[in-house]
Amino acid sequence: MEGVSPEDNEICLEVTPENLSRALKTVQNAKAVKPTLSSVSRLVTHDVPVEVIPRRLWHEFKEPGMPDFHVSIYLPPLKTMRNVIDRMKNLSNFLVMEANLNGEMNLKIDTDLVSVTTHFKDLGNPPWGDEASQQGGPSQSRDPETMAQTRVDIRKLQQFLMGQQVNPSKAMCNIVHERMVHLILLHEDVSLQYFIPAVA
Amino acid sequence: MPLSTQSQGDAEQYVLVACLDNARNLSNILKAITFKDHAIFSATPNGLKVTVEDSKCLQANAFIQSEIFQEYTIKEDSVGFQVNLTVLLDCLNIFGGSTAPGVSTALRMCYKGYGYPLTLFLEEGGVVTVCKINTQEPEEPVDFEFCSTNVTNKVILQSESLKEAFSELDMTSEVLQITMSPSQPYFRLSTFGNSGNAHYDYPKDSDMMELFKCTKTQTNRYKMSLLKPSTKALALSCKVSVRTDSRGFLSLQYLVRNDDGQICFVEYYCCPDEEVAED
Repeated sequence: MEGVSPEDNEICLEVTPENLSRALKTVQNAKAVKPTLSSVSRLVTHDVPVEVIPRRLWHEFKEPGMPDFHVSIYLPPLKTMRNVIDRMKNLSNFLVMEANLNGEMNLKIDTDLVSVTTHFKDLGNPPWGDEASQQGGPSQSRDPETMAQTRVDIRKLQQFLMGQQVNPSKAMCNIVHERMVHLILLHEDVSLQYFIPAVA
Repeated sequence: MPLSTQSQGDAEQYVLVACLDNARNLSNILKAITFKDHAIFSATPNGLKVTVEDSKCLQANAFIQSEIFQEYTIKEDSVGFQVNLTVLLDCLNIFGGSTAPGVSTALRMCYKGYGYPLTLFLEEGGVVTVCKINTQEPEEPVDFEFCSTNVTNKVILQSESLKEAFSELDMTSEVLQITMSPSQPYFRLSTFGNSGNAHYDYPKDSDMMELFKCTKTQTNRYKMSLLKPSTKALALSCKVSVRTDSRGFLSLQYLVRNDDGQICFVEYYCCPDEEVAED
C-alpha cells in the first residue's frame, strides 16, 4: 500500500463504525482479514463505503499527543473497575478519579444521599513517569503520596469499559489534575486511547 | 483482616458494629422486602430488624439475628434509623454481586448514632470500598396488632407449592382472595381477572401442607398490588406460614436459608381490602 505521496505516506479514510463492524462480524471465523481499498477476494467480498479525507483536512484528525500528565498509573483489573462503576452510575452522574505515584487509585462519588470511595492499591506506575520528570514535566519531583484528580462524567468512563471484549496486555491511565483523564489500552500491535475531559 | 484495622480508632464511637464475611447474607434478604425506597432499621442485642411499609396497609419485616453476623456489637438497648434501601443495596453489591463460588464481599457496617451516616466498609479481592449513606429520623412502624391469641386460621406450607401458584397469578385481578376453612376447600387462593376466575386449592392432607389449624371458615380479599412484592420473599424461602386473625388481617411468615444455611425470617402483614362488601 502506498500513501498519497512519499512525503505524506498516509491515506485518511472516514467510515461509519456500524458498517465496518457489521462487515467484520461476518468474518469472525476467518483466519485473516485484509482491508483493501477495493478488493475482490476469492472467498468473501465486503464493500464498506468510505470517504477519503483530503490532505487539507488532515490537521482536523490529528491524533492528540500524550498530555503533560501529573500521574501515570496502571489500571486495576478492568472487570473490577467495570463492576464498581456500573453500581456507582446508579448513585451519581459524576465520578472523581484520583491516583498517585505510589500505585494507589481511588474512584469517588459524592451526592446528597451517599458518598462512596473505592480504593485500589499496589497498581504500579509505568516507568515513563521518570522520563517525564526528567524533561521537567508536571510529575517531576512529585510527592508520591499526593493524588492527582479529575472529575468526569460516569457514562463516558462506562463507555470506555464497555468496549473491552479482549483482555489488553497493558492498561494504564494518565491524569492531568482537574483537566483530563487519558486512558490507554495496549493489545499486541493495537492501542486504544480515550481522552475524557474534566467536568466542573 | 483489612476491615477490622480500618476503624480501630473510632471503635469506641460506634453504637452499632455488624460484620459479615459474606455481604450476600444481608443483601439477599433485603431484596425480599425492597418495594419502597425507604427502610427503617431497628437494632437490638437480638439482632437487626428492617421494616418497609406501603401506605400503612402493608408492612414487611426482615429479621437477621445477631448470631448470623461474624461480629455484632451494640452499645444501646435499641438503635434506630432510616435509610434509602435502594442506595444501601447498590452499596452492598458495589463489586457486582457476583455469585461465583469462593468469591464474596466482606462487610463491616457501622453506625455512630443520631445524625451520623451509616458507614459500610466492603472488601473483595483486596479492594476496599467505603460507603457513607445518609440516615434520617426513623418513622414509627405501624403496629398491626397481630397477636397469636387472635389467630383464627393458620397453615404452614412448603414454599414450592405456593411458588407455582404465585408465578401464575392473574395480575389483571385487583385482588387476591384467600379462603381458609376447617372443611372444603381448606385453603384456596382465588383471582378474578380479565380472563376469568381462577382457584388454587391446597387440601389439608396434601404433602405440601406441614401444618393445618383452621378453626372457622374465613374468606378475605387483599389488594394484589400490595401482595405482589411478597413473591420475592416467597422465592427465597423454603417454608411459609399463612395466618389470618378475627379481623381478616393477613400474616405471611417466610423461613429463608442464607448462603451458609442459616435461618432468617421475613414476614409480611396486610390489611384486608375494605372495598369488599360483607359476604
